[in-house]
Amino acid sequence: MSDTVTTTTTAPVRAGAPPIPARRGALLWHSLALARRNLAKIRRNPVSIGDAVLAPVLFLVVFVYMFGGAVGGSTHAYLQRTLPAILVLSAIMAGMIATGVNLSIDIKKGIFDRFRSLPIGRSAPLIGSVLADVVRYLVAVATVFVVGFLMGFRVQTSPLAALAAAGVTIAFGMALSWVWVLLAMVIRETTLVQTIVSLSIFPLAFGTDMVAPVDTLPGWLQAWARVNPIEHTMAASRGLLVGGDTAVPVVESLLWSIGLVAVFAPAAVVAYRRRT
Amino acid sequence: MGNVFEAEGLVKRFGRTTALAGIDLAAAPGSVLGVLGPNGAGKTTAVRILATLLAPDEGRATVAGHDVVRDAPRVRELIGLTGQYASVDEDLTALENLVLIGQLLNLRRREARPRARQLLARFGLGEVAGRKVATFSGGMRRRLDLAASMIGNPAVVYLDEPTTGLDPGKRGDVWRMIRAMTRDGGAVLLTTQYLEEADALADDIVVIDQGRVIAHGTAAQLKALVGGHTIEVRPADPTRLADVITVLGTVAGHRAETPRRDVATVQVDGDGALDETVRRLRAAGIGVAELALRLPSLDEVFFALTGHGAQRPDESGTSKEDAA
Ligand SMILES: Nc1ncnc2c1ncn2[C@@H]1O[C@H](COP(=O)(O)OP(=O)(O)O)[C@@H](O)[C@H]1O
Ligand SMILES: [Mg+2]
Repeated sequence: MSDTVTTTTTAPVRAGAPPIPARRGALLWHSLALARRNLAKIRRNPVSIGDAVLAPVLFLVVFVYMFGGAVGGSTHAYLQRTLPAILVLSAIMAGMIATGVNLSIDIKKGIFDRFRSLPIGRSAPLIGSVLADVVRYLVAVATVFVVGFLMGFRVQTSPLAALAAAGVTIAFGMALSWVWVLLAMVIRETTLVQTIVSLSIFPLAFGTDMVAPVDTLPGWLQAWARVNPIEHTMAASRGLLVGGDTAVPVVESLLWSIGLVAVFAPAAVVAYRRRT
Repeated sequence: MGNVFEAEGLVKRFGRTTALAGIDLAAAPGSVLGVLGPNGAGKTTAVRILATLLAPDEGRATVAGHDVVRDAPRVRELIGLTGQYASVDEDLTALENLVLIGQLLNLRRREARPRARQLLARFGLGEVAGRKVATFSGGMRRRLDLAASMIGNPAVVYLDEPTTGLDPGKRGDVWRMIRAMTRDGGAVLLTTQYLEEADALADDIVVIDQGRVIAHGTAAQLKALVGGHTIEVRPADPTRLADVITVLGTVAGHRAETPRRDVATVQVDGDGALDETVRRLRAAGIGVAELALRLPSLDEVFFALTGHGAQRPDESGTSKEDAA
């Protein structure tokens, strides 16, 4: 009577009652619940994905109008050639900027301590974060297609192939983002994570034939471009969007995606588990 | 009945810092254990070990008989944690925060929502369930944090400095809710820097300093060790301070002190001291602006127990740690 707030509702269960048994696929459910948390954050603060729109626009405009005439002969021909690569670059950047840095900030907050005190898989918060960033990839990819279309780009293959290009690209972007997740787990300083991630964009993105054909690059850069996994994904994207060799680069890109996840995801989870 | 959790000889070092130098803790079902200590004493480290976030270098800890290192997944099913720094998400609403945790505890969405609403009502947040936590006051956030740790009906709840940073006026609310947290039979481990808080909530108090237990007992036992209450008087007319000092000296039988320009304080033992003070002040015709009976501060507790004030380890040098 004296304490109305606390006597209105009595919890039906005694303290320490057996927990609710986990459903099948608990890790997936937990990861999805945590991904929904990140999505709610994006919905409340849409400006936080502004870079996923702005970066692709800048790439298209700068590359096509600045280099198009010089490298590609005409801006139209250059757009056809370079948009598939910009698609990949944009998707990678969309994950790069967010995944590692956001996790690095998040993990220092108390809420990650609570997650770690819950009976959920250690990997769930990391998987949730990577999954939620799919929204960023989708926004970046859509922006490239819309702005590219307005600038005169036309898919030469089929709508289905264009969807496949988006799929291969997003799969690769997500796979690569485990590298940034690992960095965020190993390095405590958020600014250092940010610096390393931003600098990695240069060898990754420009050691490719995105801007100019590989034969025109210096020898050492050619060697790197031939092993650079991003180059395979860009080739796959080009094949799927404008035609040409498709099957081999698509398979190579998917294999790289699987390989990156297989190596970096477990490494990131181990690093997260070790972190105090 | 056995203890809900037990820690024996916990040692934890961070590089050259010894955060815990061998401490024992235990609590029975339905009881509150207060861990009292200054900043840097090792409170958070102890909580993190008991919450499976950190492995001890030496010693062991169990929750309901399960080892916090070897059986960590089982222990996580039995505990609730409210960390020192807000462990709720500012960008989500209060309801979304609790539903998320419910889902992580394997409740389905339609089960998690009523459970969340029930807890929000219980912690006085029913009206603001749909508001973003970023708009909450410190007290509301703390209460949400408490509710969040209760979702899984834990056998033990760890509350790391639940009222630090709150207005003294808001502490009462949080205290009332913490008291209610044990009524389903769960135990609470509460860390604090305020003797008052430990006194108000804890059945059993462990005082720690530099990773070591320096006293252990009920609030009454500790108060007896430390020397009762302090009476504090601020006269309405500052020029009557000397008269106040005389009155307090007579009541206590020893000299009163003046910690601030316009305030006199004195330590008293008996319960009648406050009444007598009021009577004598009135008889002397001294108007009072402020009159308080308070428990010793943490500094005074430490002075009584250790002969020095509550120091941070980095101020006291490393000699103590080297001796360990
Ligand atoms: N992760 C850490 N790395 C290094 N030192 C730490 C870490 N956590 C705590 N410490 C040190 O251990 C001691 C105890 O800290 P803590 O348990 O946070 O104390 P309290 O919670 O009582 O303020 C302090 O000297 C603190 O600086
Ligand atoms: Mg602390």
